[in-house]
Amino acid sequence: MAEAVISLRQLNITFGTHTVLDDIDLDVYRGETLAILGPSGTGKSTVLRSMIGLLEPNGGKIYIQGEDVSEVDEDGWNRLRMKMGMVFQYSALFDFLTVGENVAFGLRQHTDKGEEEIRQIVGQMLEMVGLPDTQDLYPAELSGGMKKRVGLARAIAVSPEIVLYDEPTAGLDPIMSHNISRLIKKTQQQLHVTSVLVTHDMQSAFYAADRVAMLYKGRIVAIGTAEEMQQSANPIVKAFIEGREIKEQVIE
Amino acid sequence: MLKDICAAVGRYTITACENTGRIMQLFLDTAARLKYANARETVRQMARLGADSLPIVLMTILFTGMVFALQTATEFVRFGAASSVGGIVAIALGRELVPVLTGVVVAGRIGAAIAAELGTMKVTEQIDALKVMATNPITYLVVPRFLAAVLMMPVLIVFANGIGNVGGWVVAHYYAGISNFTYINSIKVFADIFDVTGGMIKSMVFGGIIAIVASHKGLGAKQGAEGVGLATTESVVLSIILIFIANYFLSAVLYV
Repeated sequence: MAEAVISLRQLNITFGTHTVLDDIDLDVYRGETLAILGPSGTGKSTVLRSMIGLLEPNGGKIYIQGEDVSEVDEDGWNRLRMKMGMVFQYSALFDFLTVGENVAFGLRQHTDKGEEEIRQIVGQMLEMVGLPDTQDLYPAELSGGMKKRVGLARAIAVSPEIVLYDEPTAGLDPIMSHNISRLIKKTQQQLHVTSVLVTHDMQSAFYAADRVAMLYKGRIVAIGTAEEMQQSANPIVKAFIEGREIKEQVIE
Repeated sequence: MLKDICAAVGRYTITACENTGRIMQLFLDTAARLKYANARETVRQMARLGADSLPIVLMTILFTGMVFALQTATEFVRFGAASSVGGIVAIALGRELVPVLTGVVVAGRIGAAIAAELGTMKVTEQIDALKVMATNPITYLVVPRFLAAVLMMPVLIVFANGIGNVGGWVVAHYYAGISNFTYINSIKVFADIFDVTGGMIKSMVFGGIIAIVASHKGLGAKQGAEGVGLATTESVVLSIILIFIANYFLSAVLYV
Protein backbone atom coordinates (compact mmCIF):
# COMPACT_ATOMS: atom_id res chain seq x y z
CA MET A 1 0.00 0.00 0.00
CA ALA A 2 1.26 3.49 -0.87
CA GLU A 3 2.22 6.00 1.80
CA ALA A 4 -0.66 7.90 3.44
CA VAL A 5 -0.28 11.61 2.61
CA ILE A 6 -3.23 12.71 4.73
CA SER A 7 -4.43 10.75 7.75
CA LEU A 8 -7.36 11.57 10.01
CA ARG A 9 -7.53 9.78 13.34
CA GLN A 10 -10.68 9.91 15.51
CA LEU A 11 -11.37 13.39 14.16
CA ASN A 12 -14.12 15.21 16.00
CA ILE A 13 -15.57 18.58 15.10
CA THR A 14 -18.53 20.18 16.82
CA PHE A 15 -20.27 23.50 16.22
CA GLY A 16 -21.81 24.47 19.55
CA THR A 17 -23.67 21.38 20.69
CA HIS A 18 -23.96 19.93 17.18
CA THR A 19 -21.46 17.19 16.34
CA VAL A 20 -20.48 17.55 12.68
CA LEU A 21 -17.69 14.97 12.49
CA ASP A 22 -17.82 12.01 14.83
CA ASP A 23 -14.59 10.00 15.24
CA ILE A 24 -13.53 10.00 11.60
CA ASP A 25 -10.63 7.75 10.57
CA LEU A 26 -9.46 8.20 7.00
CA ASP A 27 -6.26 7.79 4.96
CA VAL A 28 -5.54 9.43 1.61
CA TYR A 29 -2.71 7.69 -0.23
CA ARG A 30 -0.04 9.29 -2.38
CA GLY A 31 -1.11 9.83 -5.96
CA GLU A 32 -4.74 8.77 -5.54
CA THR A 33 -7.95 10.72 -5.88
CA LEU A 34 -10.26 10.07 -2.96
CA ALA A 35 -13.82 11.30 -3.23
CA ILE A 36 -15.84 12.00 -0.11
CA LEU A 37 -19.44 11.50 -1.15
CA GLY A 38 -22.57 12.23 0.81
CA PRO A 39 -25.73 14.27 1.01
CA SER A 40 -25.64 18.00 1.71
CA GLY A 41 -25.02 19.07 5.29
CA THR A 42 -23.33 15.87 6.34
CA GLY A 43 -19.88 17.35 7.08
CA LYS A 44 -18.00 16.79 3.80
CA SER A 45 -16.68 20.34 3.44
CA THR A 46 -15.83 20.33 7.16
CA VAL A 47 -13.48 17.39 6.56
CA LEU A 48 -11.80 19.25 3.72
CA ARG A 49 -11.49 22.53 5.62
CA SER A 50 -9.95 20.78 8.61
CA MET A 51 -7.37 19.12 6.30
CA ILE A 52 -6.02 22.52 5.28
CA GLY A 53 -6.28 24.23 8.66
CA LEU A 54 -9.33 26.43 8.04
CA LEU A 55 -11.11 24.63 10.89
CA GLU A 56 -9.56 23.43 14.09
CA PRO A 57 -10.77 20.03 15.30
CA ASN A 58 -12.22 19.60 18.77
CA GLY A 59 -10.60 16.19 19.08
CA GLY A 60 -8.49 13.67 17.20
CA LYS A 61 -5.44 14.11 14.99
CA ILE A 62 -4.69 15.18 11.44
CA TYR A 63 -1.42 14.13 9.85
CA ILE A 64 -0.19 15.77 6.64
CA GLN A 65 2.75 13.88 5.16
CA GLY A 66 3.28 12.31 8.58
CA GLU A 67 3.31 15.65 10.43
CA ASP A 68 0.85 16.09 13.30
CA VAL A 69 -0.76 19.44 12.44
CA SER A 70 -2.00 20.03 15.99
CA GLU A 71 1.62 20.82 16.81
CA VAL A 72 2.34 23.25 13.97
CA ASP A 73 2.11 27.03 14.30
CA GLU A 74 1.05 29.50 11.60
CA ASP A 75 4.41 29.33 9.85
CA GLY A 76 4.20 25.54 9.93
CA TRP A 77 0.74 25.66 8.37
CA ASN A 78 1.98 28.03 5.69
CA ARG A 79 4.85 25.64 4.91
CA LEU A 80 2.35 22.78 4.54
CA ARG A 81 -0.08 24.92 2.53
CA MET A 82 2.67 25.69 0.01
CA LYS A 83 2.39 22.00 -0.93
CA MET A 84 -1.40 22.15 -1.16
CA GLY A 85 -3.96 23.73 -3.44
CA MET A 86 -7.68 24.11 -2.93
CA VAL A 87 -10.53 24.64 -5.36
CA PHE A 88 -13.43 26.32 -3.57
CA GLN A 89 -17.14 25.62 -4.03
CA TYR A 90 -17.81 29.15 -5.26
CA SER A 91 -14.34 29.52 -6.77
CA ALA A 92 -13.26 32.28 -4.33
CA LEU A 93 -11.34 34.08 -7.06
CA PHE A 94 -9.94 37.44 -5.96
CA ASP A 95 -12.41 39.78 -7.61
CA PHE A 96 -10.01 42.76 -7.64
CA LEU A 97 -7.46 40.83 -9.71
CA THR A 98 -7.64 39.66 -13.32
CA VAL A 99 -7.73 35.97 -14.22
CA GLY A 100 -4.00 36.07 -15.01
CA GLU A 101 -3.20 37.80 -11.71
CA ASN A 102 -5.33 35.26 -9.81
CA VAL A 103 -3.45 32.34 -11.35
CA ALA A 104 -0.10 34.09 -10.80
CA PHE A 105 -0.93 34.99 -7.18
CA GLY A 106 0.84 32.09 -5.45
CA LEU A 107 3.85 32.34 -7.78
CA ARG A 108 4.28 36.06 -7.09
CA GLN A 109 3.81 35.65 -3.34
CA HIS A 110 6.02 32.65 -2.73
CA THR A 111 8.54 32.17 -5.53
CA ASP A 112 11.43 34.13 -7.00
CA LYS A 113 10.28 33.49 -10.57
CA GLY A 114 10.57 36.39 -13.00
CA GLU A 115 7.56 37.98 -14.67
CA GLU A 116 8.29 36.29 -18.02
CA GLU A 117 8.40 32.83 -16.43
CA ILE A 118 5.24 33.56 -14.41
CA ARG A 119 3.48 34.67 -17.60
CA GLN A 120 4.47 31.40 -19.27
CA ILE A 121 3.25 29.26 -16.36
CA VAL A 122 -0.03 31.19 -16.19
CA GLY A 123 -0.50 30.67 -19.93
CA GLN A 124 0.18 26.94 -19.58
CA MET A 125 -2.23 26.56 -16.66
CA LEU A 126 -5.02 28.41 -18.45
CA GLU A 127 -4.36 26.36 -21.59
CA MET A 128 -4.60 23.18 -19.52
CA VAL A 129 -8.02 24.13 -18.12
CA GLY A 130 -9.20 25.16 -21.58
CA LEU A 131 -9.28 28.91 -21.03
CA PRO A 132 -6.55 30.47 -23.16
CA ASP A 133 -6.82 34.22 -23.85
CA THR A 134 -8.73 34.96 -20.65
CA GLN A 135 -5.80 36.43 -18.70
CA ASP A 136 -7.03 40.00 -18.83
CA LEU A 137 -10.64 39.29 -17.90
CA TYR A 138 -11.96 39.89 -14.38
CA PRO A 139 -13.79 37.12 -12.47
CA ALA A 140 -17.08 39.04 -12.80
CA GLU A 141 -16.84 38.55 -16.58
CA LEU A 142 -16.67 34.74 -16.33
CA SER A 143 -19.40 32.08 -16.20
CA GLY A 144 -19.67 29.70 -13.21
CA GLY A 145 -17.87 26.88 -15.07
CA MET A 146 -15.09 29.20 -16.21
CA LYS A 147 -14.59 30.45 -12.65
CA LYS A 148 -14.21 26.86 -11.40
CA ARG A 149 -11.61 26.18 -14.08
CA VAL A 150 -9.68 29.35 -13.22
CA GLY A 151 -9.89 28.26 -9.56
CA LEU A 152 -8.30 24.95 -10.56
CA ALA A 153 -5.61 26.73 -12.62
CA ARG A 154 -4.81 28.94 -9.61
CA ALA A 155 -4.64 25.91 -7.30
CA ILE A 156 -2.23 23.94 -9.50
CA ALA A 157 -0.06 26.86 -10.68
CA VAL A 158 2.26 26.48 -7.68
CA SER A 159 2.79 22.75 -8.42
CA PRO A 160 1.15 21.43 -5.26
CA GLU A 161 1.48 17.83 -4.11
CA ILE A 162 -2.08 17.76 -2.75
CA VAL A 163 -5.19 19.31 -4.32
CA LEU A 164 -8.46 19.61 -2.40
CA TYR A 165 -11.72 20.13 -4.32
CA ASP A 166 -14.79 21.45 -2.49
CA GLU A 167 -17.93 20.62 -4.51
CA PRO A 168 -16.26 21.45 -7.84
CA THR A 169 -19.34 20.56 -9.91
CA ALA A 170 -21.99 22.21 -7.71
CA GLY A 171 -24.28 24.50 -9.65
CA LEU A 172 -23.00 23.46 -13.08
CA ASP A 173 -24.89 21.88 -15.96
CA PRO A 174 -24.21 18.16 -16.64
CA ILE A 175 -21.88 18.85 -19.57
CA MET A 176 -19.77 21.35 -17.63
CA SER A 177 -19.82 19.01 -14.59
CA HIS A 178 -18.36 16.24 -16.73
CA ASN A 179 -15.75 18.62 -18.16
CA ILE A 180 -14.67 19.54 -14.62
CA SER A 181 -14.55 15.86 -13.62
CA ARG A 182 -12.37 15.14 -16.67
CA LEU A 183 -10.14 18.02 -15.68
CA ILE A 184 -9.74 16.62 -12.16
CA LYS A 185 -8.74 13.25 -13.62
CA LYS A 186 -6.39 14.89 -16.13
CA THR A 187 -4.75 16.94 -13.36
CA GLN A 188 -4.16 13.82 -11.29
CA GLN A 189 -2.74 11.91 -14.27
CA GLN A 190 -0.52 14.70 -15.62
CA LEU A 191 0.72 16.22 -12.38
CA HIS A 192 0.60 13.07 -10.20
CA VAL A 193 -1.00 14.98 -7.36
CA THR A 194 -2.89 13.48 -4.44
CA SER A 195 -6.47 14.73 -4.56
CA VAL A 196 -9.41 14.85 -2.19
CA LEU A 197 -12.71 15.53 -3.89
CA VAL A 198 -15.72 16.47 -1.78
CA THR A 199 -18.96 16.18 -3.70
CA HIS A 200 -22.56 15.07 -3.66
CA ASP A 201 -22.31 14.43 -7.41
CA MET A 202 -22.07 10.61 -7.72
CA GLN A 203 -21.17 10.63 -11.40
CA SER A 204 -18.28 12.99 -10.78
CA ALA A 205 -17.05 10.94 -7.79
CA PHE A 206 -17.27 7.60 -9.59
CA TYR A 207 -15.62 9.00 -12.73
CA ALA A 208 -12.74 10.98 -11.22
CA ALA A 209 -11.89 9.10 -8.03
CA ASP A 210 -9.82 5.98 -7.38
CA ARG A 211 -11.64 5.44 -4.08
CA VAL A 212 -14.89 6.78 -2.72
CA ALA A 213 -15.76 7.29 0.95
CA MET A 214 -19.40 7.70 1.91
CA LEU A 215 -19.93 10.23 4.70
CA TYR A 216 -23.25 10.30 6.45
CA LYS A 217 -24.15 12.26 9.58
CA GLY A 218 -20.51 12.88 10.46
CA ARG A 219 -19.35 9.28 10.02
CA ILE A 220 -17.65 7.35 7.24
CA VAL A 221 -20.17 4.56 6.61
CA ALA A 222 -18.42 2.90 3.64
CA ILE A 223 -15.22 3.21 1.60
CA GLY A 224 -14.03 1.44 -1.53
CA THR A 225 -13.43 1.74 -5.26
CA ALA A 226 -16.16 3.14 -7.50
CA GLU A 227 -17.16 -0.41 -8.52
CA GLU A 228 -17.23 -1.64 -4.93
CA MET A 229 -19.40 1.29 -3.89
CA GLN A 230 -21.78 0.84 -6.80
CA GLN A 231 -22.26 -2.81 -5.80
CA SER A 232 -22.27 -2.11 -2.06
CA ALA A 233 -24.88 -3.81 0.09
CA ASN A 234 -24.64 -0.99 2.63
CA PRO A 235 -28.22 0.34 2.92
CA ILE A 236 -27.09 3.99 3.20
CA VAL A 237 -24.85 3.75 0.12
CA LYS A 238 -27.60 1.92 -1.81
CA ALA A 239 -30.22 4.46 -0.81
CA PHE A 240 -27.94 7.38 -1.80
CA ILE A 241 -27.01 5.85 -5.17
CA GLU A 242 -30.64 5.04 -5.95
CA GLY A 243 -31.70 8.52 -4.87
CA ARG A 244 -34.01 7.19 -2.17
CA GLU A 245 -34.60 8.83 1.16
CA ILE A 246 -32.26 7.43 3.78
CA LYS A 247 -34.49 6.16 6.55
CA GLU A 248 -33.49 6.69 10.17
CA GLN A 249 -33.84 2.98 11.06
CA VAL A 250 -31.28 2.19 8.36
CA ILE A 251 -28.73 4.33 10.15
CA GLU A 252 -29.38 2.77 13.51
CA MET B 1 -37.65 42.46 35.03
CA LEU B 2 -34.56 43.55 36.97
CA LYS B 3 -32.95 40.20 36.16
CA ASP B 4 -33.57 40.77 32.44
CA ILE B 5 -32.05 44.27 32.60
CA CYS B 6 -28.98 42.95 34.45
CA ALA B 7 -28.64 40.11 31.91
CA ALA B 8 -28.87 42.57 28.99
CA VAL B 9 -26.30 44.90 30.56
CA GLY B 10 -24.04 41.91 31.23
CA ARG B 11 -24.36 40.66 27.65
CA TYR B 12 -23.63 44.12 26.26
CA THR B 13 -20.60 44.50 28.54
CA ILE B 14 -19.20 41.11 27.54
CA THR B 15 -19.68 41.88 23.82
CA ALA B 16 -18.06 45.31 24.23
CA CYS B 17 -15.08 43.79 26.07
CA GLU B 18 -14.75 41.05 23.44
CA ASN B 19 -14.79 43.59 20.61
CA THR B 20 -12.28 45.83 22.37
CA GLY B 21 -9.98 42.86 22.88
CA ARG B 22 -10.28 41.78 19.23
CA ILE B 23 -9.67 45.30 17.93
CA MET B 24 -6.58 45.62 20.14
CA GLN B 25 -5.38 42.20 18.99
CA LEU B 26 -5.83 43.19 15.35
CA PHE B 27 -3.94 46.43 15.98
CA LEU B 28 -1.04 44.56 17.62
CA ASP B 29 -0.97 41.93 14.84
CA THR B 30 -0.98 44.71 12.24
CA ALA B 31 1.80 46.62 14.03
CA ALA B 32 3.89 43.43 14.24
CA ARG B 33 3.49 42.88 10.49
CA LEU B 34 4.30 46.41 9.32
CA LYS B 35 7.77 45.27 8.30
CA TYR B 36 6.22 42.88 5.74
CA ALA B 37 4.22 45.68 4.10
CA ASN B 38 3.86 45.37 0.34
CA ALA B 39 5.04 48.76 -0.97
CA ARG B 40 3.10 48.53 -4.25
CA GLU B 41 -0.18 47.68 -2.57
CA THR B 42 0.37 50.36 0.10
CA VAL B 43 0.95 53.04 -2.55
CA ARG B 44 -2.16 51.83 -4.42
CA GLN B 45 -4.22 52.14 -1.25
CA MET B 46 -2.74 55.59 -0.50
CA ALA B 47 -3.66 56.84 -3.96
CA ARG B 48 -7.15 55.43 -3.57
CA LEU B 49 -7.64 56.86 -0.08
CA GLY B 50 -6.34 60.29 -1.04
CA ALA B 51 -8.07 60.58 -4.41
CA ASP B 52 -11.37 59.19 -3.14
CA SER B 53 -11.53 61.35 -0.05
CA LEU B 54 -9.98 64.66 -1.11
CA PRO B 55 -12.97 66.23 -2.94
CA ILE B 56 -15.48 65.45 -0.18
CA VAL B 57 -13.02 66.48 2.56
CA LEU B 58 -12.31 69.79 0.80
CA MET B 59 -16.02 70.45 0.28
CA THR B 60 -16.83 69.70 3.94
CA ILE B 61 -14.02 71.81 5.35
CA LEU B 62 -14.56 74.71 2.92
CA PHE B 63 -18.10 75.20 4.18
CA THR B 64 -17.06 74.54 7.79
CA GLY B 65 -14.50 77.35 7.55
CA MET B 66 -17.07 79.59 5.92
CA VAL B 67 -19.79 78.98 8.50
CA PHE B 68 -17.34 79.34 11.37
CA ALA B 69 -16.22 82.72 10.04
CA LEU B 70 -19.86 83.70 9.45
CA GLN B 71 -20.73 83.03 13.10
CA THR B 72 -17.60 84.55 14.64
CA ALA B 73 -16.98 87.52 12.31
CA THR B 74 -20.42 89.11 12.80
CA GLU B 75 -20.22 88.94 16.58
CA PHE B 76 -16.52 89.81 16.87
CA VAL B 77 -16.89 92.88 14.62
CA ARG B 78 -19.78 94.07 16.82
CA PHE B 79 -17.51 93.84 19.89
CA GLY B 80 -14.57 95.45 18.09
CA ALA B 81 -12.55 92.28 17.99
CA ALA B 82 -12.30 91.91 14.21
CA SER B 83 -8.54 91.44 14.56
CA SER B 84 -9.14 88.10 16.30
CA VAL B 85 -11.33 86.44 13.68
CA GLY B 86 -8.59 85.03 11.41
CA GLY B 87 -6.68 83.55 14.33
CA ILE B 88 -9.77 82.04 15.97
CA VAL B 89 -10.86 80.42 12.70
CA ALA B 90 -7.35 79.09 11.99
CA ILE B 91 -6.90 77.67 15.50
CA ALA B 92 -10.35 76.08 15.62
CA LEU B 93 -9.88 74.56 12.19
CA GLY B 94 -6.31 73.37 12.75
CA ARG B 95 -6.75 71.94 16.23
CA GLU B 96 -10.25 70.48 16.19
CA LEU B 97 -12.57 70.97 13.23
CA VAL B 98 -10.31 69.82 10.41
CA PRO B 99 -8.93 66.64 12.05
CA VAL B 100 -12.28 65.57 13.54
CA LEU B 101 -14.43 66.33 10.50
CA THR B 102 -11.86 64.82 8.13
CA GLY B 103 -11.86 61.74 10.36
CA VAL B 104 -15.65 61.54 10.22
CA VAL B 105 -15.71 61.98 6.43
CA VAL B 106 -12.95 59.40 5.89
CA ALA B 107 -14.68 56.98 8.28
CA GLY B 108 -17.82 57.29 6.16
CA ARG B 109 -16.06 57.16 2.81
CA ILE B 110 -12.99 54.94 3.21
CA GLY B 111 -13.82 53.07 6.43
CA ALA B 112 -17.12 51.93 4.93
CA ALA B 113 -15.35 50.91 1.71
CA ILE B 114 -12.73 48.88 3.61
CA ALA B 115 -15.38 47.12 5.74
CA ALA B 116 -17.52 46.34 2.69
CA GLU B 117 -14.55 45.14 0.64
CA LEU B 118 -13.12 42.86 3.34
CA GLY B 119 -16.62 41.75 4.38
CA THR B 120 -17.40 40.69 0.82
CA MET B 121 -14.08 38.86 0.62
CA LYS B 122 -14.92 37.09 3.86
CA VAL B 123 -18.38 35.89 2.83
CA THR B 124 -17.17 34.80 -0.63
CA GLU B 125 -14.33 32.71 0.88
CA GLN B 126 -11.62 34.96 -0.62
CA ILE B 127 -10.09 35.39 2.86
CA ASP B 128 -9.97 31.58 3.20
CA ALA B 129 -8.41 31.43 -0.28
CA LEU B 130 -5.65 33.78 0.91
CA LYS B 131 -4.97 31.57 3.96
CA VAL B 132 -4.96 28.43 1.80
CA MET B 133 -2.39 30.11 -0.45
CA ALA B 134 -0.15 30.61 2.60
CA THR B 135 -0.79 34.36 2.63
CA ASN B 136 -1.65 36.06 5.89
CA PRO B 137 -4.78 38.23 5.35
CA ILE B 138 -3.55 40.80 7.89
CA THR B 139 -0.26 41.26 6.07
CA TYR B 140 -1.86 41.30 2.62
CA LEU B 141 -5.02 43.28 3.31
CA VAL B 142 -4.91 45.14 6.63
CA VAL B 143 -1.30 46.39 6.75
CA PRO B 144 -1.44 48.35 3.43
CA ARG B 145 -4.80 49.90 4.36
CA PHE B 146 -3.58 50.80 7.85
CA LEU B 147 -0.40 52.40 6.51
CA ALA B 148 -2.30 54.23 3.76
CA ALA B 149 -4.80 55.67 6.27
CA VAL B 150 -2.13 56.71 8.77
CA LEU B 151 0.08 58.31 6.11
CA MET B 152 -2.59 59.95 3.96
CA MET B 153 -4.71 61.53 6.70
CA PRO B 154 -2.08 64.24 7.48
CA VAL B 155 -1.87 65.03 3.75
CA LEU B 156 -5.63 65.53 3.65
CA ILE B 157 -5.33 67.70 6.75
CA VAL B 158 -2.85 70.06 5.04
CA PHE B 159 -5.16 70.59 2.05
CA ALA B 160 -8.22 70.84 4.30
CA ASN B 161 -6.61 73.52 6.50
CA GLY B 162 -5.75 75.48 3.40
CA ILE B 163 -9.24 75.41 1.94
CA GLY B 164 -10.90 75.95 5.35
CA ASN B 165 -8.92 79.13 5.95
CA VAL B 166 -9.65 80.35 2.43
CA GLY B 167 -13.36 79.80 3.11
CA GLY B 168 -13.08 81.69 6.41
CA TRP B 169 -11.27 84.58 4.76
CA VAL B 170 -13.84 84.85 1.92
CA VAL B 171 -16.71 85.20 4.39
CA ALA B 172 -14.80 87.45 6.82
CA HIS B 173 -13.68 89.75 4.02
CA TYR B 174 -16.70 89.90 1.72
CA TYR B 175 -19.48 89.42 4.26
CA ALA B 176 -18.16 91.00 7.47
CA GLY B 177 -15.87 93.56 5.77
CA ILE B 178 -12.69 92.55 7.58
CA SER B 179 -9.65 93.67 5.60
CA ASN B 180 -7.19 91.18 4.13
CA PHE B 181 -4.35 92.57 6.27
CA THR B 182 -6.37 92.30 9.51
CA TYR B 183 -7.45 88.74 8.74
CA ILE B 184 -4.00 87.46 7.72
CA ASN B 185 -2.23 89.34 10.53
CA SER B 186 -4.66 87.80 13.00
CA ILE B 187 -3.66 84.32 11.82
CA LYS B 188 0.02 85.26 12.18
CA VAL B 189 -0.47 86.64 15.70
CA PHE B 190 -2.74 84.03 17.23
CA ALA B 191 -2.10 80.80 15.35
CA ASP B 192 0.98 78.65 15.49
CA ILE B 193 2.31 75.98 13.14
CA PHE B 194 1.67 73.47 15.95
CA ASP B 195 -2.05 74.13 15.59
CA VAL B 196 -1.77 72.41 12.21
CA THR B 197 0.91 69.81 13.04
CA GLY B 198 -0.99 68.84 16.21
CA GLY B 199 -4.05 68.29 14.04
CA MET B 200 -1.94 66.18 11.70
CA ILE B 201 -0.79 64.02 14.63
CA LYS B 202 -4.42 63.60 15.67
CA SER B 203 -5.41 62.65 12.14
CA MET B 204 -2.79 59.89 12.04
CA VAL B 205 -4.40 58.34 15.13
CA PHE B 206 -7.84 58.74 13.55
CA GLY B 207 -6.60 57.10 10.34
CA GLY B 208 -5.32 54.16 12.36
CA ILE B 209 -8.65 53.87 14.19
CA ILE B 210 -10.61 53.94 10.93
CA ALA B 211 -8.45 51.30 9.21
CA ILE B 212 -8.34 48.91 12.19
CA VAL B 213 -12.04 49.19 13.07
CA ALA B 214 -13.10 48.80 9.42
CA SER B 215 -10.80 45.81 8.94
CA HIS B 216 -12.01 44.24 12.18
CA LYS B 217 -15.65 44.62 11.18
CA GLY B 218 -15.00 43.47 7.59
CA LEU B 219 -13.00 40.39 8.55
CA GLY B 220 -15.66 39.50 11.13
CA ALA B 221 -18.61 39.87 8.72
CA LYS B 222 -21.21 37.13 8.99
CA GLN B 223 -22.57 35.25 5.99
CA GLY B 224 -24.42 37.05 3.24
CA ALA B 225 -25.09 40.55 1.96
CA GLU B 226 -26.88 41.48 5.19
CA GLY B 227 -23.74 40.62 7.16
CA VAL B 228 -21.62 42.85 4.92
CA GLY B 229 -24.11 45.72 5.26
CA LEU B 230 -24.15 45.36 9.03
CA ALA B 231 -20.35 45.25 9.22
CA THR B 232 -20.15 48.43 7.12
CA THR B 233 -22.64 50.34 9.28
CA GLU B 234 -21.04 49.17 12.54
CA SER B 235 -17.62 50.13 11.24
CA VAL B 236 -18.68 53.72 10.50
CA VAL B 237 -20.55 54.17 13.78
CA LEU B 238 -17.80 52.70 15.95
CA SER B 239 -15.03 54.61 14.13
CA ILE B 240 -16.82 57.93 14.62
CA ILE B 241 -17.44 57.26 18.32
CA LEU B 242 -13.80 56.27 18.85
CA ILE B 243 -12.59 59.34 16.92
CA PHE B 244 -14.55 61.66 19.23
CA ILE B 245 -13.29 59.88 22.35
CA ALA B 246 -9.68 59.82 21.12
CA ASN B 247 -9.96 63.48 20.10
CA TYR B 248 -10.69 64.57 23.67
CA PHE B 249 -7.64 62.79 25.08
CA LEU B 250 -5.38 63.89 22.21
CA SER B 251 -6.45 67.52 22.70
CA ALA B 252 -5.75 67.20 26.42
CA VAL B 253 -2.26 65.87 25.72
CA LEU B 254 -1.36 68.10 22.76
CA TYR B 255 -2.89 71.46 23.60
CA VAL B 256 -3.56 71.74 27.34
